[in-house]
Amino acid sequence: MIELRDIHKSFEGKSVLRGVNLKVNKGESLVVIGGSGSGKSVLLKHIIGLLEPDKGSVFVKSTDLSHLDEVRLNEIRKKFGMLFQSAALFDSMTVWQNVGFSLKRHTGMTDREIKEAAIRKLRMVGLVGVEDEMPSELSGGMRKRVGLARAIAMEPEILLYDEPTTGLDPIMADAINELIIKMRERLHVTSVTITHDIKSAYKIADTVAMLYNGVIIAKGSPLEIQNSSDPVVSQFVEGRAEGPIVLEGIDK
Amino acid sequence: MLVKVIEFIGAIIERPLQGVGRIILLLYATLRGMLRPPFEIRNIVRQMLEIGVNSLPVVLITAVFTGMVLALQSYTGFKRFGAEGLVGTVVALSMTRELGPVLSALIVTGRAGAAMAAELGSMRVTEQIDALEAMATNPVKYLVVPRFLSGMIMLPALAVVTNIVGIIGGYMVSVVLLGTNATSYLRATWNFLQFQDIYSGLIKACFFGAAFTLISCYKGFYTKGGAEGVGRATTGAVVISSMTILISDYFLSAWLFK
Repeated sequence: MIELRDIHKSFEGKSVLRGVNLKVNKGESLVVIGGSGSGKSVLLKHIIGLLEPDKGSVFVKSTDLSHLDEVRLNEIRKKFGMLFQSAALFDSMTVWQNVGFSLKRHTGMTDREIKEAAIRKLRMVGLVGVEDEMPSELSGGMRKRVGLARAIAMEPEILLYDEPTTGLDPIMADAINELIIKMRERLHVTSVTITHDIKSAYKIADTVAMLYNGVIIAKGSPLEIQNSSDPVVSQFVEGRAEGPIVLEGIDK
Repeated sequence: MLVKVIEFIGAIIERPLQGVGRIILLLYATLRGMLRPPFEIRNIVRQMLEIGVNSLPVVLITAVFTGMVLALQSYTGFKRFGAEGLVGTVVALSMTRELGPVLSALIVTGRAGAAMAAELGSMRVTEQIDALEAMATNPVKYLVVPRFLSGMIMLPALAVVTNIVGIIGGYMVSVVLLGTNATSYLRATWNFLQFQDIYSGLIKACFFGAAFTLISCYKGFYTKGGAEGVGRATTGAVVISSMTILISDYFLSAWLFK
């Protein structure tokens, strides 16, 4: 379904990705773990064509994104839904306008039909009666839910989650995890999640991959990752400060 | 030594050149976006209201007082050599050729240009621009094209209002306060005013509208670094737009009124 081949990416001379190879099968839930600043978000943005690799290729359903013009790239993007870290809701629009944004732009539906569809999607993520509110009136957890409702509005085949539980209290974080599992069961989507929340990774993943130093250093089932003998992986999943992982700017 | 000097010069000019290159690319993407459907009519109307209608009160106040002070200063100065009869001409020519377009452009830059850079900058740092792209929407077409078009349309319209209100302000001071004969003031206003004075001023206004919207959108679009970055983008948008308006005003005037 998705394949990244030898992806390299640098920003202002700083190398972030140094040859990432990753494959996601249809219906699979892949979670990429890694420390802050390890390039997880950069990796995710390559999958939907928001960033272009300096070297390497991204294939979505066997189509190489780097050779597509804007119109064809947008056709591919319509198969995606993406939940951003900060939800990225449009401040100037109401909740239902946010959820129905893609429907408004890419379908011939009337405003009334869009609002009804948006209310249905909001109900799927457990929100009722907030459709006419502005995003600034919502709590962090509600904003993420609205972001998720917006991501599933066009009934995508692939869902991308950028740090879905970051900044939420543990109960709300677990509720979002449950929602991600529910989305997969009900919509049969393929999903890629990036997170540094190990608990969340174990809960929602079929496969976990760890990104470190710009490459994928380990990939396996949650159990395999949990019992990994790799010192970097075990340090990260156990959350120890002591170990081989170099913390940027910290003198150990 | 020579290599170090060249490196030093290169380091100084690299960033501004990069900025110019990006603005040219943004202009190209904007012009291309203008020609391709879907045309963002609703967004264009909203921006026309924001840039044009909402700027009207402050533009009106500026215009009337500029016309008034121009008449007052010209009258007291011209009186020294008995040329008070030309006050109407000076007010009309100054407003249509210069002050109408330039003042309205500077005011709108301070108001709408700053707002544009801040809005797009916030959208950039909160990933809203990425979200647009992820939802198969070209952000230049959706955000920049409506602002650019509205700037090009609304600034000439504001310049016309500024011209008229400025001339009325000059009339009020000259006729009502200073006792100049109304008929001779109006004759002085119309007799020397040519059509070229008006349309050249409007061409300048159109250019200023395109320049300030493009620069403000560019600054917002490429914002980096959170709230501080948004602040920097907003300041940069107003400063660079104002400088561009004032510098290009000279060259446009030299070309249009030669």
